[in-house]
Amino acid sequence: MATYVAPLPQVSAHGVEREATGWTSWITTTDHKRIGIMYMVTTMVFFCLGGIEAMMIRLQLGAPNNTLVTPATYNQLFTMHGTTMVFLFVVPMMAGLANYFVPLMIGARDMAFPRLNALSFWLLLTGGIVFYASLFFNPPEAGWVSVVPLAGINYSPGGGEDAWIYLIHLTGLSSILGAINLYATIANMRARGMSWGRLPLFVWAILTYAVLLIFALPVIAAAVTMLLTDRHFGTHFFDPANGGSALLWQHLFWFFGHPEVYIMVLPGFGLISEILPVFARKPIFGYKAIAASTVAIAFLGFLTWAHHMFTAPIPEAILIFVMLSSFLIAVPTGVKILNWIATLWRGTIEYRTPLLFCVGGMTIFLIGGLSGVFLAVFPIDWQVNETYFVVAHLHFVLMGGAVFTIFAAIYYWFPKITGRMLGESLGRVSFALMFIGVLLTFLIQHVIGLDGMPRRVYEYDNVGHLGLYNAISTGGSFVIALGVMLTIVNVARSLKSGVVAGPDPWKANTLEWFTSSPPPANNFDVVPQVRSAEPMKDIRREIERRSLDGRASGAATVPAGATQVGV
Amino acid sequence: MGHLLQFPLAFFTPQSGGSPNADHINNLYKITLAIALVIFVLVEGALVYALVKFRARRGAVAAQIRGNTRLEIGWTAAAALILLVLAVITFSKLGAIQNPPNSGPGGDTLAGNGGLLYASAERKLPPNGKSLNIHVIGRQYIWQYVYPGATEPDGLGAPYSYVEMVVPTETTVTLDLTAADVVHSWWVPELGGKFQAVPGYHNYTWFKISKPGVFRGQCAFLCGRGHATMRATVRAVTPAQFDAWLAKQKQEIAEANGAAKLARAKLGSQTGAGQVENP
Repeated sequence: MATYVAPLPQVSAHGVEREATGWTSWITTTDHKRIGIMYMVTTMVFFCLGGIEAMMIRLQLGAPNNTLVTPATYNQLFTMHGTTMVFLFVVPMMAGLANYFVPLMIGARDMAFPRLNALSFWLLLTGGIVFYASLFFNPPEAGWVSVVPLAGINYSPGGGEDAWIYLIHLTGLSSILGAINLYATIANMRARGMSWGRLPLFVWAILTYAVLLIFALPVIAAAVTMLLTDRHFGTHFFDPANGGSALLWQHLFWFFGHPEVYIMVLPGFGLISEILPVFARKPIFGYKAIAASTVAIAFLGFLTWAHHMFTAPIPEAILIFVMLSSFLIAVPTGVKILNWIATLWRGTIEYRTPLLFCVGGMTIFLIGGLSGVFLAVFPIDWQVNETYFVVAHLHFVLMGGAVFTIFAAIYYWFPKITGRMLGESLGRVSFALMFIGVLLTFLIQHVIGLDGMPRRVYEYDNVGHLGLYNAISTGGSFVIALGVMLTIVNVARSLKSGVVAGPDPWKANTLEWFTSSPPPANNFDVVPQVRSAEPMKDIRREIERRSLDGRASGAATVPAGATQVGV
Repeated sequence: MGHLLQFPLAFFTPQSGGSPNADHINNLYKITLAIALVIFVLVEGALVYALVKFRARRGAVAAQIRGNTRLEIGWTAAAALILLVLAVITFSKLGAIQNPPNSGPGGDTLAGNGGLLYASAERKLPPNGKSLNIHVIGRQYIWQYVYPGATEPDGLGAPYSYVEMVVPTETTVTLDLTAADVVHSWWVPELGGKFQAVPGYHNYTWFKISKPGVFRGQCAFLCGRGHATMRATVRAVTPAQFDAWLAKQKQEIAEANGAAKLARAKLGSQTGAGQVENP
């Protein structure tokens, strides 16, 4: 005869102490959830700023020989846009999602180092403010890659370049500390029974993201320090006239820059791997293959940096090696997409907004992945590199791999963070606009590049159909912006008036859905024993079994909210 | 402002038609495009099929499948195989793209030892070692072309031109690229791929134009505020016309240098400051 015994909470801060409120509670917090929210809100603000810069770029290019902005302003716009989206949106947004959800998904009560965690966030915010402060004097204009000698003191005397350097230092420090914290948390604070083979795939992706950051960021930190001392303290690391090398910067930057691509998209892949099974009502297809391919992509990501430099003066042997290593990395990436499709196969797919953003993102990423194969073939790269073909490629990769998956995460996890659902119909319209907008904006850019238009030019002549193609691209960018705005409206509306979500609105698989929405300060009163890669499935099954037993025996049914199992 | 392209070109492929290397790249691109389109249709087709066919219906139950090792090994091998095929195709085309051929029978006789100032392992010459070698120097925001024919040691006194490069038809032209200030990139789409001109480094490419014509391009690496206006033109003329052009260029430069020397001497004697440095 089964009787229900309510277990004693292991920790119960909530209910004992009143939750801190007011703005001081936010600036002094070390709670991973509050820090996660601050990360996400901050990065969304930078996403909007970067988006405004993108719209201004597209407005300038909307017509041939346009004179809306000056050449200097134009260079500042694309420098700010690229830097913002990479360093102040995608990378820290992934850190924000990881901050909020990694401890919840592994059944931990906070990050390993809560105060270090707060420091990471405040360093990020400081870096962003330092960078955007340059708007008031002299924004940087050497591009987000800041290639020397153009970024040197002789050709970029303004302070904007220094603001860029400090941005890299501050956000880099933030990311390294955050990565160490995430690694320590995942390695040491998993719930009982959560072996490596039961780690949620998003957590696998974040673990890999953390390792990539720890290996790649010190290189760029060294490079920008060398740039800083070249600019102000008389060193000549990058000065060919004094024994330095102008090419060294490109090697150092891309040694960081290529892993950075995977730093941006691997967490997105992890999100797809979490969300698809929930809405297909099927386990992920090939858990081990997906986890292994994540690690394989990360390793190979360090061997392919020179494919950004196929047109630079480097030996043919290197060109061939890098072409082959870039081909090699396409294999685990392609395998992931096939695993995702197999996850949908024979499922019962529920068309909710998170799923739409996932499959839309997969389609967009597929296009970006395939155009990447063109770029890996170095003779083809000689024609299309540094043109709008590459602009199209990188936006397909990052829109599909990062932006769409982040939006999927927003729709998927908003109920957990706020306790309320986002509007479904507004979400669908937002998705449709963003999806159509991305195709409109970026597909035609392949052709613009093939027709001979280099990137980073503020004007072009109306030869062939360049005027028409660019106008289409500009129109598409407004459709994307409209889609993004609808999601922002959706968030604003649902914060107050969204449908109350309850702890597990999606009937999902991972532990964050075990606790209430929003979770209490200590996350879990009781951390359940994990028995598979989908602990919530086990828990739901167990509850069902117990309540049936209870009814049959006439004993008390399980009280609501006391869904602790296996303690 | 000139034109970016001379003719409206094929919608989906890089430009070609000016030089054999550009044609071979175009060809390689088309093969890659065909492979990529097939993969896209198959993968996207499977995705859309799954989304339509397996949408949630009343009574439908999701199959609880966790994987299939054979299938997974199979598609991993298939993906690797496709890329292996593409690698083999690329290698088969590489020679024709990278290695310059000999000049045609109607080529310019001036094409000698390639105008080499120094040897370099990275620099590729035609089998007979003869090409017209032009030094291309990128500087903010103009291209300079220095032709063989130095009258003094260290390559001084060689004829040169700016913006417009004049070359003879039927002649293999090798380019030796470098930059005077920041990184630039040489790109005339119809004459083949782009190559960075990096200060302190030499980078090499080549082209061979069969018929007279004008080919346009522009700097393809961000080099500052004037990047968009850093245009390049290659004008191909018959060898006879080229020789005449080069002789005229040489003469005009010599005359201008002579006049400048006189002016400097005059300025120097007027101010009493001695020789004014060549700006």
